Amino acid sequence: MTPQDSASTVSIPETSGAYNSDTFTPHAPIVAIFPHKPQEHRRQQLLDLLFKNTTRFFAFLVFSILAAILISLVYGSSLSLQKFGLGFLFSDKWDPVTGEFGALVPVYGTLVTAAIAMLIGIPVSFGIALFLTELAPNWLRRPLGIAIEMLAAIPSIIYGMWGLFIFSPLFADHVQPWIIKTLGKWPLIGMLFKGPPMGIGMLTAGIILAIMVIPFITAVMRDVFELVPDILKESVYGLGATTWEVVWKVVLPYTKIGVVGGIMLGLGRALGETMAVTFVIGNAHQLNASLFAPGNSIASSLANEFTEAVGDLYPSALIELGLILFLITTIVLALSKLLLQRLARQEGQQ
Amino acid sequence: MARSRAAIYQHRRFTNVLMLVISGLTIVFGLFWLGWILFTLLDEGFNALRPSLFTQMTPPPGSDGGLWNAIAGSLMMAVAGTVIGTPIGILAGTYLAEFGRRGWLAPATRFINDILLSAPSIVIGLFIYSVYVAQVRHFSGWAGAFALSLIVIPVVVRTTDDMLKLVPDSLREAAVALGTPTWKMVTLVCYRAARAGIITGVLLAIARISGETAPLLFTALNNQFWSTNMNAPMANLPVVIFQFAMSPYEDWQRLAWGGAILITFGVLGLNILARILFRKKT
Amino acid sequence: MDQTNAINTKIKVNNLNFYYGGFHALRNVSMDIPPNKVTAFIGPSGCGKSTLLRTFNRLYELYPGQRAEGEIRLDGENILDKKQDVTMLRTKVGMVFQKPTPFPMSIYDNIAFGVRLYEDLNRNEMDDRIEWALSKAALWKEVKDKLNQSGNSLSGGQQQRLCIARGIAIKPEVLLLDEPCSALDPISTAHIEELIHELKVDYTVVIVTHNMQQAARVSDFTAYMYLGEMIEFDATDKLFTTPKQKATEDYITGKFG
Repeated sequence: MTPQDSASTVSIPETSGAYNSDTFTPHAPIVAIFPHKPQEHRRQQLLDLLFKNTTRFFAFLVFSILAAILISLVYGSSLSLQKFGLGFLFSDKWDPVTGEFGALVPVYGTLVTAAIAMLIGIPVSFGIALFLTELAPNWLRRPLGIAIEMLAAIPSIIYGMWGLFIFSPLFADHVQPWIIKTLGKWPLIGMLFKGPPMGIGMLTAGIILAIMVIPFITAVMRDVFELVPDILKESVYGLGATTWEVVWKVVLPYTKIGVVGGIMLGLGRALGETMAVTFVIGNAHQLNASLFAPGNSIASSLANEFTEAVGDLYPSALIELGLILFLITTIVLALSKLLLQRLARQEGQQ
Repeated sequence: MARSRAAIYQHRRFTNVLMLVISGLTIVFGLFWLGWILFTLLDEGFNALRPSLFTQMTPPPGSDGGLWNAIAGSLMMAVAGTVIGTPIGILAGTYLAEFGRRGWLAPATRFINDILLSAPSIVIGLFIYSVYVAQVRHFSGWAGAFALSLIVIPVVVRTTDDMLKLVPDSLREAAVALGTPTWKMVTLVCYRAARAGIITGVLLAIARISGETAPLLFTALNNQFWSTNMNAPMANLPVVIFQFAMSPYEDWQRLAWGGAILITFGVLGLNILARILFRKKT
Repeated sequence: MDQTNAINTKIKVNNLNFYYGGFHALRNVSMDIPPNKVTAFIGPSGCGKSTLLRTFNRLYELYPGQRAEGEIRLDGENILDKKQDVTMLRTKVGMVFQKPTPFPMSIYDNIAFGVRLYEDLNRNEMDDRIEWALSKAALWKEVKDKLNQSGNSLSGGQQQRLCIARGIAIKPEVLLLDEPCSALDPISTAHIEELIHELKVDYTVVIVTHNMQQAARVSDFTAYMYLGEMIEFDATDKLFTTPKQKATEDYITGKFG
């Protein structure tokens, strides 16, 4: 191969985006392996450009999905938005015959079931994360961790079926009467537990949701607890603290941003869950203080009614429900992400 | 003062033991539900596991049959959804990891992708309904596949991004120093290095869509009969299970449990497979 | 061992052996650490000096697979005995680590943390204790107006003094310092070394350092360790000027390490 002074005849190609970062600037021109093939070099340059722009295009596509969903939901609910305006959020009417719709019952159901799920799920997740990071012997950690993740893998329809056919009857026969006899007699709280023990209802839906979100919250809490530097934990032990004190007084405050982020992730999932809730919530468009009463959530209303909705206004009202759910979950999930990013930055500074 | 110190100390020791016991109870709590649900599945669905499940179609109420059309439909839509979503996910994830060190698009896309990862799947179904089903005025297997692909994409983007980021820069530098064009460096070096992780991501995405019902409710709808026409309503396991389970017919309920076992062990199997694959290769 | 005798020993180590799993990290170590003096452990990386220090407050028990055999007598009582309460031990033997580890709370709460674990002090008593601890750690003047600010808002050297104050506040008898200046700049290091000089009036100080000159500056007694064994233990000026063992002399004169 006769050496040629290629540099004088071909220009150094533009280095692509990744390598213009501050840490990394290679100076190995493609020309090096094609010393006397300027067309080949040009071809590679074009391919590089094509590749980079293709990946950029698809990244942009993913970026736009959220906005596209938002726009299509707004468009689909425009009829309902125009007709009902802001009052939609506060009306508890739901009459397909007369064409009067309101979001209050489904929104209430969504929020209450999610709240119950959080009330049960957060302490349990904390307990499991604590066990996995501080108490479990090393050989037990992986199998237990995998088992908890299996809870997340079980499809939600299974939770729904199990909830309806197995859990609810037992709940109605054994647990609910006991609750009515004990908590049901207390002054204010008693109102939450009135009514016939049917097994299904808001409380049941909340309990099933709790079991479903526990693996998600646990996973984040565990990851975040493991980020705490050993030397910090040793400092606390060194002062003579017990294991519980180390976790409660130092590990938790240290990781609190991440813990809240994980909780919000669980909340986002609980708000959007469809199948498990649909099976056990009772599908009744009624507002009731009692948790034993059947109700509805946004997701379950959609699941049950959308394919049967006739006319233009009915589907539009349902789509507006979907829009409300979309907005709520997007905000919650965005907050969760922001908090987890903050924690990551704080870690990076240590 | 000395007594006070002792009393405090006792209290601390007690609290410590109490909290640690409670923590142990929470894990028992979690495992209990897992065990109960799996046991229920096996118990109820076991007698539905007959060969006819795989040979006969979904029956009208009150008669016996199988789930073959639903199984086939689910498989077809899962494959289609994966085939559509995976390339998009991998390419987008590649952008984030390889070309996204500067600029606004990569951080913004990562942020949005993570939101999509946990977004309610019923809203995804609603979206595909509005932009596709409502336009062509009929339900179809393709609509179902599109909805599923929108669930595949965030999972694959995330794992591709994470796995490519794990590839050390020294590998990239070595390739570039040889004069390798960027696209070859990424496809021949980086993809190969991250191959196990990316495949795991795809498997996890498939596992996830196998269990999803909500996105199919208003896209693929359902089909009583055997059909391989992706352009028409398509039978699928989750929606069939939903319909049959909520019905008052015993035969249908039994089939629903059979379908439930199939889905659950399929999903769990895929998850375990993904784990094993990942551990072996890394 | 000329200047110490059995009665005047704060910590007496008898045939201590330490294992990381199968690895024999400390071999038959014995020494007498005198009270109210500064004792330094020196030696090349991996010689076991930090390992030895961490046996004095049984911190190794946090990690399964690490175990100690032998005796360590603090004021005559064997602290390695299973019956000894490890939490109470740690109130008598405090530790400061290589990197400053302020807790994620205010300066006030950092110092008060250990105290609140054990004692019920009212607001005034606690204020006094905090002022006392911070003064002893030569930090009071610098932080007295910002006690409510986060511990993280201080500089590295100040954070380390905060950790020292935190350890002192519970009134231990022994202070273990594990390379306390390795993450600090020279000026902060000088401050801490001055502080160590004052601390020995009230506490027995044991310091691990990889910096020989620092050992020569701050300590009264020095132990030279190599590959898990204690090679020589003597008054600092004697060890550095007329070491008895050739191995010690080689290390000190920089022939290796």
